[in-house]
Amino acid sequence: MVDCAPFARPVTSKPVNKPNTFRAGPDEHGRFGVFGGRFVAETLMPLILAVEQAYNEAKDDPKFAEQMDYYRKHYIGRPSPLYLAERLTQELGGAKIYLKREELNHTGSHKVNNCIGQILLAKRMGKTRIIAETGAGQHGVATATVAALFNLPCTVYMGEVDIARQQPNVFRMRLLGAEVVPVKSGTRTLKDAMNEALRDWVANVEDTFYIIGTVAGPHPYPAMVRDFQSVIGEEAKQQHHEAEGRLPDALVACIGGGSNAMGLFHPFLDDTSVEIYGVEAAGDGVETGRHAASITGGRPGVLHGNRTYLLQDADGQISDAHSISAGLDYPGIGPEHSWLHEIGRAQYVSATDQEALDAFQLLARVEGIIPALEPAHALAYLKKLAPKLGKNKTVILNLSGRGDKDIFAVAERLGTKL
Amino acid sequence: MTTRIERRFADLKAEGRAGLVVFVTAGDPDYASALDLVKALPGAGADVIELGMPFTDPMADGPAIQASSLRALKSGQTMKKTLAFVTEFRASDQKTPIVLMGYYNPIYSYGVEAFLKDALAAGVDGLIIVDLPPEEDTELCLPALEAGLNFIRLATPTTDDQRLPKVLTNTSGFVYYVSIMGITGTKSASDADIAKAVQRLKRHTDLPVAVGFGIKSAEQARAVAQEADAAVVGSAVVSRIADSLDANGKPKAGLKEHVLELVRDLAGGVRAAAKQRSAVA
Ligand SMILES: Cc1ncc(COP(=O)(O)O)c(C=O)c1O
Repeated sequence: MVDCAPFARPVTSKPVNKPNTFRAGPDEHGRFGVFGGRFVAETLMPLILAVEQAYNEAKDDPKFAEQMDYYRKHYIGRPSPLYLAERLTQELGGAKIYLKREELNHTGSHKVNNCIGQILLAKRMGKTRIIAETGAGQHGVATATVAALFNLPCTVYMGEVDIARQQPNVFRMRLLGAEVVPVKSGTRTLKDAMNEALRDWVANVEDTFYIIGTVAGPHPYPAMVRDFQSVIGEEAKQQHHEAEGRLPDALVACIGGGSNAMGLFHPFLDDTSVEIYGVEAAGDGVETGRHAASITGGRPGVLHGNRTYLLQDADGQISDAHSISAGLDYPGIGPEHSWLHEIGRAQYVSATDQEALDAFQLLARVEGIIPALEPAHALAYLKKLAPKLGKNKTVILNLSGRGDKDIFAVAERLGTKL
Repeated sequence: MTTRIERRFADLKAEGRAGLVVFVTAGDPDYASALDLVKALPGAGADVIELGMPFTDPMADGPAIQASSLRALKSGQTMKKTLAFVTEFRASDQKTPIVLMGYYNPIYSYGVEAFLKDALAAGVDGLIIVDLPPEEDTELCLPALEAGLNFIRLATPTTDDQRLPKVLTNTSGFVYYVSIMGITGTKSASDADIAKAVQRLKRHTDLPVAVGFGIKSAEQARAVAQEADAAVVGSAVVSRIADSLDANGKPKAGLKEHVLELVRDLAGGVRAAAKQRSAVA
């Protein structure tokens, strides 16, 4: 475990470039260290600057905060509970396990936290059309949901491969009135859906707002999505304090682009006694090359508007990601995670498809909660971490979504025909 | 220092006509066929060659150039091979400017310093990097200018008068006006819109203005050449390559001729504009 405590205090004997807070980023160029930035085509640049300005204004507007509070409480159903999972704790025989129940949110995942924020911003900017990319379909569903709520037409780009493995969510999006456009280019998964959404945006900059579903993309998206998701960590911190009278010892969350993880982590970054674990998808195993673990198995590069860790070949061509979980099947990760990795404030680990499947079933059996395959990866790592931490410790796991959407895919993997 | 691009545009001006910029992806459909084709482009009337560096995720490109990029990658094209391609072209043509066009990651992965050194040695004249706006100039634009390459920037309909100076500041060689809001090979702009846009750019810069995106025919090339200093054609050219492949993606015998036929046609369009230009002048 890297001891980061010295970074957190303004210790004068330390080199001056060590931050005395981990929460100040990004800088005015949208950088977290060397990561982040605004690597987009000129057509998009003026719009991205406009989004940044509108977001900065909204942040300082008490009206905007009021609107956010209203929809969080009455529409999403926040705060989400912090639930002491006693049977899981017993089963794993170590640290006390708290589950942050983001799967109880309206639409079934954390994604809606961000969508509400971005659609309110789109309204402020006078935009009349919404687009989004989606992998598992959770972000697509959340976007289609808020688009219905605010009466804006919505187009969701989704890879053909993901459409096949997340049928329930495709149907939900269509019920909600969204147009779901199958993406046939490239690997036909989340990265290609994002390419296609960017292509749509370039062609429709004047009336369209792009609701990006994770802490990636050009500045200001990584910071903005993080801010909208930080409600997870802020609530969890307070709820844990009420339950235990202190800070937790560790946090665990799965990483696709990294939004649920960043939402939980960010409010704790300066509490350096708290260990932080981001769990990437190892697919068939990082050593097989068939995985989606950008930090564990990738290196820095530039894609989708930001510099970050990417899966790529020796020539800088983007590699295919592989994961049983459509929501983690992305060859990149949000730039702030890349920075937290490089400075050592957070640890990035991984869990395989099989480990996630086992954890998926375990939680269903011992707690009566069917998790989404994405947080099942975090649970898989928790199985190793909880015993290691030991009994006097507590750990918060972000249960970012529920598994209803996954039962068909899981049944197939388990050899059951539905 | 004058670059090959600057000399070419000066010559075109002296001739009183606009130029034709032809886009082809290096290695599409394979290294040898592409090299054979590119070597023949100047003879067919291409004044500047824009050579695509293939990338898996060409975010600002439409289906035709996406497919072209993927064909090149499938045939084994790499950045090293793209630079070797330019070296081979240069061995037989010292005059025609070559502008490399693409996305930043393959260059970043190669290493900016090594890339600039090798590109210069190969005989590259300029760079167009789609995902490097002026906000990211320290990445590649400034080092490239320092090294003596032209850095050609895209200006678009969304680049308003307030932003235009920022876009033009570190631009050299020529300015590439993207005439539509959208990806390559989809819509086309109206002649009137193009005329207005070129006049607007000319108020801000003395650099030559090339106009591209959506030019498919000799007639469209003629109309653009009427207003701009060059017309850029890409998707229509690589679509001709796609037309000339067999079921296994291998080039058919007539590929080169099929592409050159279009290039001659476009060059004719551009030159037809010249007459009318001098008529008004
Ligand atoms: C339930 C759930 N968790 C996690 C993710 C991964 O995204 P992120 O890493 O941005 O939280 C997804 C994405 O679809 C998801 O549906």
